Amino acid sequence: MPSTATALADVTASDAALRRFLHGLPGVDAVGLEARAAALGTRSIKTTAKAHAIDLAISMIDLTTLEGADTPGKVRALCAKGTAPDPTDPSTPRVAAICVYSDLVAVAKDALAGSGIAVASVATAFPAGRAARSVKLADTAEAVAAGADEVDMVIDRGAFLSGRYLSVFEEIVAVREACGDAHLKVILENGELVTYDNIRRASWLAMLAGADFIKTSTGKVGVNATPANTLLMLQAVRDFRAATGRQIGVKPAGGIRTTKDAVKFLVLVNETAGADWLDPAWFRFGASSLLNDLLMQRQKLSTGRYSGPDYVTVD
Amino acid sequence: MTTFTYAPAPESRAIVDIAPSHGLFIDGEFRPAADEAVFKTVSPASEEVLSEVAQAGAEDVDAAVRAARKAFPGWSGLPGAERAKYLFRIARLIQERSRELAVLESLDNGKPIRESRDVDLPLVAAHFFYYAGWADKLPYAGFGPGPRPLGVAGQVIPWNFPLLMLAWKVAPALATGNTVVLKPAETTPLTALLFARICQQAGLPRGVVNILTGDGSSGAALVAHPGVDKVAFTGSTEVGKAIARTVAGSDKRLTLELGGKAANIVFEDAALDQAVEGIVQGIFFNQGHVCCAGSRLLVQESVADEVLAALKARMSTLRVGDPLDKNTDVGAINSAEQLARIRELADAGAAEGAERWSPECELPSQGYWFAPTVFTGVTQAHRIAREEIFGPVLSVLTFRTPQEAVEKANNTPYGLSAGIWTEKGSRILWMANRLRAGVIWSNTFNKFDPTSPFGGYQESGYGREGGRHGLGAYLDV
Repeated sequence: MPSTATALADVTASDAALRRFLHGLPGVDAVGLEARAAALGTRSIKTTAKAHAIDLAISMIDLTTLEGADTPGKVRALCAKGTAPDPTDPSTPRVAAICVYSDLVAVAKDALAGSGIAVASVATAFPAGRAARSVKLADTAEAVAAGADEVDMVIDRGAFLSGRYLSVFEEIVAVREACGDAHLKVILENGELVTYDNIRRASWLAMLAGADFIKTSTGKVGVNATPANTLLMLQAVRDFRAATGRQIGVKPAGGIRTTKDAVKFLVLVNETAGADWLDPAWFRFGASSLLNDLLMQRQKLSTGRYSGPDYVTVD
Repeated sequence: MTTFTYAPAPESRAIVDIAPSHGLFIDGEFRPAADEAVFKTVSPASEEVLSEVAQAGAEDVDAAVRAARKAFPGWSGLPGAERAKYLFRIARLIQERSRELAVLESLDNGKPIRESRDVDLPLVAAHFFYYAGWADKLPYAGFGPGPRPLGVAGQVIPWNFPLLMLAWKVAPALATGNTVVLKPAETTPLTALLFARICQQAGLPRGVVNILTGDGSSGAALVAHPGVDKVAFTGSTEVGKAIARTVAGSDKRLTLELGGKAANIVFEDAALDQAVEGIVQGIFFNQGHVCCAGSRLLVQESVADEVLAALKARMSTLRVGDPLDKNTDVGAINSAEQLARIRELADAGAAEGAERWSPECELPSQGYWFAPTVFTGVTQAHRIAREEIFGPVLSVLTFRTPQEAVEKANNTPYGLSAGIWTEKGSRILWMANRLRAGVIWSNTFNKFDPTSPFGGYQESGYGREGGRHGLGAYLDV
């Protein structure tokens, strides 16, 4: 792995150079990676540590609705929920962002005005990413124009899997440019990349192309965020910062539904990338149903009793 | 935002009820030593006295061997399937009482509950289940149609894996029809005594398993007793040599599983994150109290700096402290004596010019503790590269070619284990053919399984435990 930023400048000069670089990254031993993720999953997080973790997790949520049936009303409800997740307890932190399709960005922006919560928009022909580059760039530009603070783009998996790394790289660079001041989260769609070696290569590719965040998945395929693939991406951002000095965020998305799971991911962050990443600026959860479980666990910690799903809102 | 510090998550010790004093387990019951001698066993994490234990003398050894001798015809005469039932019953009881056993093991030994709960106890049960399965299949095990047991097995085990070493020795001995006199280590007798209660609970016939607690003199008396047909020992090379001298000239069978100074070899094309994890697992597992620990890291020069930086970062996340805390990675050193030995060798490493590094970690004021330590700039001539330290101390050497790696790895009087880290399959096979070690792990380390034979070369001893091979050590073949 090159240890300086200058060494990295050349690797994107051509498809061949990029391929050489990505294939020169250290391999991933699947058995060892999964064993490490499982071992970290046995950390016992109790009492004060749990309370801290729950609040941290809430503040890291990109509260998401990405359904074809989304309505402005639903988005406004979600924004209200994100601003005051537990109306009975004003000490509850607010979430990091509300994540919607680009046509609903304006609604969310309006509903969240003055709250400090960011609006994130999926763009670039989410979730398949199968559209002409001009369409993807237009999608991104519209989201940004409507006020999106963060853009979640999907990579072209077809190009990646057929080895056209430079094409994927250039597309990310172009979207990055279209984002302007908005933060760019690059979705690798780990479930379709299949191998851990591919996930590491895609992580580096996205980071080299200027991603602010790398994100596991769209939440729309069979395999989404897992402890192992998130651990791997955390190793990648850790190594990338060591090599370039640039810190990149990580966002696991899809399938994280319980407090227990969320805490396990925070342990992965803490012991892999390190405490520098334990901040909504550098780690996010892409989730919708996770928030309610966190709120129920939070209520249980403060009251000593488990209240149940009727004591949190369903939005 | 405050940092993410893990609140203590202690496992309750209320599940285990430690009697203030323990007798010797002879002929199915507990009795004091003939001369009523006792010694104390302490928790290495707190120096708290846990219990008083009987010190077996020559008379007690004689009584235990006689009890085992008396029980032998009945036990060996049982059909294999009947012996298997007892072993399966013991295995199930170990599973049922595994939390109790794990807590007791961590209290007496100092190892983290995470390891006793997740590694030791599942393996202990697995060994009894595995050998229970062999008990009625001995004629088909490849030792001829009617392999016979040897008689009374005298077994002496170490303090690093008290219950696991007991399982490695007792399970195959009983499955093959032998009776047993076992002496656990002086500093860790409690789980063996709880195992004696499990034997009672399982209704094991009297005298089939006898447990003598005591120091080295009890072990020496057991090994020398003329009524013992087979001696099995796991421990230091020095004691192993003394046992070999004692047994020489008699018709006793002997297996020895002694020290090691294993090479963990990392090639430049290895999956480095997983290799670093394997290095940590290889040397800091069980505080490095592992005879097959990967205590010599041989890393290819081209990636040495990168691997060392990653290793140090990883070591900084190791949590050292209370063994009963579920989040502890590295527990206490087993005894003051062992701690002194580790300190002496580590100081020798620094004096010889190797560079010493430990992560910042606060060690408890009570108990026996040693911070995880790595030495760089080590050469083959240094004591820390040659002598077994048996503690959380890693010596790092570099190499340039596979041939050089083999030469350095084999340049040791020991030969218990080795590790190879490379993504290139053909190199794994090339290396494995050339490394002189009983176990060679590739892209993993410190993995144990009852079906896999384990044992050493040269000063690491002889004979194999585990697997089908392990049966042979207890059969007249």
